[in-house]
Amino acid sequence: MTGQLEGKVAFITGAARGQGRSHAIRLAQEGADIIAIDICAQIDTVPYPMATPDDLQETVRQVEALDRRIHAVEADVRDRSALQAALDAGVAELGPVDIVLANAGIFPLSMNPDPREWQDVLDVNLTGVYHTVEVAIPSMIERGQGGAIVLTSSTAGLAGIGGDNPGGRGYTAAKHGVVGLMRSYANSLAKHSIRVNTVHPTGVNTPMVVNDAIQELMQADPAMSNAMANALPVPMIEPVDISNAILWLVSDAARYVTGVTLPVDAGFLVNK
Amino acid sequence: MTGRVEGKVAFITGAARGQGRSHAIRLAQEGADIIAIDICEALPENPYPPATEEDLAETVRQVEALDRRIVARKADVRDFDALKAAVDEGVAELGRLDIVAANAGIAGTYNTGENIPEYDWSNMIDINLSGVWRTCKVAIPHLKTSGGGSIIITSSDAGLFAFPNLAHYVSAKHGLVGLMRTLALELAADFIRVNSVHPTVVNTPMVNNDATFRLFRPDLENPTVEDFKAAAVSINALPIAWVEPVDISNAVLFLASDEARYVTGITLPVDAGAIAK
Repeated sequence: MTGQLEGKVAFITGAARGQGRSHAIRLAQEGADIIAIDICAQIDTVPYPMATPDDLQETVRQVEALDRRIHAVEADVRDRSALQAALDAGVAELGPVDIVLANAGIFPLSMNPDPREWQDVLDVNLTGVYHTVEVAIPSMIERGQGGAIVLTSSTAGLAGIGGDNPGGRGYTAAKHGVVGLMRSYANSLAKHSIRVNTVHPTGVNTPMVVNDAIQELMQADPAMSNAMANALPVPMIEPVDISNAILWLVSDAARYVTGVTLPVDAGFLVNK
Repeated sequence: MTGRVEGKVAFITGAARGQGRSHAIRLAQEGADIIAIDICEALPENPYPPATEEDLAETVRQVEALDRRIVARKADVRDFDALKAAVDEGVAELGRLDIVAANAGIAGTYNTGENIPEYDWSNMIDINLSGVWRTCKVAIPHLKTSGGGSIIITSSDAGLFAFPNLAHYVSAKHGLVGLMRTLALELAADFIRVNSVHPTVVNTPMVNNDATFRLFRPDLENPTVEDFKAAAVSINALPIAWVEPVDISNAVLFLASDEARYVTGITLPVDAGAIAK
């Protein structure tokens, strides 16, 4: 049978592992070709190991194993010209972009707070999302075929969780900011039939959350572990659960869904 | 290939036509058996033609044409006993219950809050709010027996913001969000998920009629569908006047399926960007 995204091209940031890799695989399973971006390098204030070039190669391997094409580039979402060059090269190889997933994000939280966390998390999690959309939309508009953009926010984009550290406050502020960005784009891109929505995961089983620094912090600060308290009796959800929500949002099944904040949070937000 | 809700049973209210029939067909296409109820009767104060028993029979025909089973009953969501009998009989015949689409609703008459007659107000609340609560109440024991499930409550964009001349409808649809959130919390431990969908204008008999045309075009004496369309398009951000029933069904299907296994307590607009606008 034909996949739900047959013949489409998706631009995905943070695609080396975690949710980004899962999105690349899930969309490829439904027929999409992929332009995959990841920084594949460490940022000083991030207390867990970030993705590597080998991780990005593994995403390439898994997408190609599905007989889909993938153009993978090491690029930093903070660097707009690098991002533009990566997208342009991907489009030259795979064709114009139908789907944009602004997924790349960091969670710079540890027992040793660093004032630089604030700026780093704003730069990656908010400005990086802005750059991702900005580099993609001119060609989408010019082509005139519409499209779907999904910005990955968080439960921390709708609730004041995240703790007292500069990184935690920055994370919450950036993820809230992503909602404003989504609403603004949803409004102004509607006339081009480009839909823009956010997803809001609770804790997801990825290296960004499941790592020594975050576990240590959660044990030391009950407020942090409460920030992960779901209504459904599951401590954490899997990357594919976010991918399935995104697949629905970018598919024709959601052809008239835009401007929506979609929690995939095991009832975290309703449990307030 | 296996359907996305293969082997599941869905209870759908207001299933004779419009969104309810569309939900029955879409879920059946993906493998579900259906328990369908509808009042199939005129509500004297409602300014558009009612669903009929022939309409419900057509839903049955279309579900059976998909090789799925369906138990259909004429029942009113204001009548707890009739609703309970319908779902109990459906579960007895089809074996279980997994999905609830609490869809039945009316548009009512159009008046300012100051001028809504007492009966119209009470009847609206009885059908659009209490009727959904009764639907959930009769279904929840069966969902618990099944070890989990998904309830999808049809609210409206009018459940998230105000529309003049519809205070009773707006109040009932806002009330559904409170019901949804409370049930989501109460039932989470049983892995029963509860969410609401919030359509903009949908192309159904409840909306596509002269009374709605006049609500949207008070400036015209005899507004046509084209006049209505011109006003309706201004509500949405996307350049369309309305969405189709299948668009709501696709959202219901997503929420009902295992693809949304950890989605609960959410309000999901299917509204062409009306809220964002």
